Amino acid sequence: MAKPMARSKPRRAGPRRPDIRPKKRPKRQRSKDSPWPPIGGVLIDHARVLVASLGRLLSHPLSTLMTVAVIGIALALPAGLHLLVTNGRALGGHWEGASELSVYLREDVDLQAAKKIAAELRQDPAVAEVRLIDADEALAEFREYSGFGQALEVLPENPLPHVLVILPADDSRSAQAVDALRGRLADALPAELVQADTAWVARLQAMLELARRAVLLAGALLATGVLIIVGNTIRLDIQNRRDEIEVTKLIGATDAFIRRPFLYTGMWYGLLGGLLALALVGGSLLALDDPVRRLSGLYGSGFRLAGPGIAGGAGMVAAGIILGWTGSWVSATRSMRRIEPGGQQ
Amino acid sequence: MIRFEQVFKRYPGGREALSGVDMSMASGEMAFLTGRSGAGKSTMLKLIGLLERPTRGQVIVGGRNTGGIGRRQIPGFRRQIGMVFQDHKLLHDRTVYDNVALPLVIRGMRGKDIGKRVRAALDQVGLLHTEKVKPMTLSTGEQQRIGIARAVVCKPELLVADEPTGNLDPDLSLEIMRLFERFNEVGVTVLIASHDLHLIRQLGHRQIELSEGRLVAAEAGHG
Repeated sequence: MAKPMARSKPRRAGPRRPDIRPKKRPKRQRSKDSPWPPIGGVLIDHARVLVASLGRLLSHPLSTLMTVAVIGIALALPAGLHLLVTNGRALGGHWEGASELSVYLREDVDLQAAKKIAAELRQDPAVAEVRLIDADEALAEFREYSGFGQALEVLPENPLPHVLVILPADDSRSAQAVDALRGRLADALPAELVQADTAWVARLQAMLELARRAVLLAGALLATGVLIIVGNTIRLDIQNRRDEIEVTKLIGATDAFIRRPFLYTGMWYGLLGGLLALALVGGSLLALDDPVRRLSGLYGSGFRLAGPGIAGGAGMVAAGIILGWTGSWVSATRSMRRIEPGGQQ
Repeated sequence: MIRFEQVFKRYPGGREALSGVDMSMASGEMAFLTGRSGAGKSTMLKLIGLLERPTRGQVIVGGRNTGGIGRRQIPGFRRQIGMVFQDHKLLHDRTVYDNVALPLVIRGMRGKDIGKRVRAALDQVGLLHTEKVKPMTLSTGEQQRIGIARAVVCKPELLVADEPTGNLDPDLSLEIMRLFERFNEVGVTVLIASHDLHLIRQLGHRQIELSEGRLVAAEAGHG
């Protein structure tokens, strides 16, 4: 009678006979009174709980939906902001790469002279490319795209100067080199104005860096928020099922067994929240795509909004799952300790 | 099977539930734990199931000193004991089948084996036909029998019951006690806390009487 019970403590049986079969010990761990079921059993239980916890969530759809919505929005916000910054950087990079100089020639410089100046400039080692936009051409373009066509009709003559657009050579593209080139050209050429758009690019970069940090911060805060939301939801769930937990503990369930359904519930919350966040971000991109395309078209740019991509999307869902799992783990582990059937009286 | 050695139990707040209890029960024995409410019956059962720890003294169950069982080993220890409660402690949002299957599910048993064992246990308590209903729809006596089926489904060597007939009329009580006797006949050690002296005398097993936390008499029964 006492023998099979004592088996659960291998240490006890150990010293009685010489242990010549060390492999016997792990086998005893799996004896009928081991609290840990065989691996196959655990897997079956995981599968069972995976399905059962989803079923439980779907059995009260409204509260599930609300929790999922909160998680989804909390995940979508940093993800959306991150996309905004990423796109901003792409846009900045777009322009920085072509940090061109615009030379607005004086009005008295005619087309012939402008062409001559352009030809001379092409010999300059600091210059990679020179493009001449003659006044008539510029006017036609302006009329077409700006929407001021009617107003331009009333002007007696073309108010625009000839413009040389200069792309500095590769080794002269730093902000300083471009600035030096600008000064040199302003002195040497019959120009009204030589403009180098480097300052605003630097400012944009600084702003984007700031925004990136802000997004990281917001992301961390919102992730904490998701942890708390999931944790609290699970805590309430555990409270509601307190009796059930006590009973299962009474008949010998391990903490891991009792915690399992709550972990999977948290995982489902996170997964569904992540998918919702993905849908929210995707929907927003779709809604913004057209206006962005029109706007960048107006600037003569082929810029398009970039989406999160497959990796980004998977990352969002994974973040949801990890946060859901972690939140429920912390909450369930804490609650599990408190609920002891002995303490009920 | 069970041995108490100079066991003291003091609850927070100073109430001493057990003061120096020495008791032992052989395996295969059936005994009643009697005494008034508050005499310490429930406390003794809680010490056996490790729902409580003794303040002093040793509780040995199945040859194993419970003092050496850590928190993480409690589940494995409890699985060796079938426990029956006055309020049944069934899960009311699950079917009778699921309730009885729970100890097997906890052990990670496969669905097919679970079905066989659950039906065997329900058959033993005469409630095979109720497997698909919720416990709430059954009478108190039937719910208690479901509780017993759950306690025996894993074939424990020790069955412990706390006032299992507390809410039942005499006929049903006797029926439940006969059920325990039947398990005892096949070798299960049975310890039942009860204050139904009339019923206990009728059955005539060993009686362990407690009064204010002390053992009054541990006379051998004639059953």
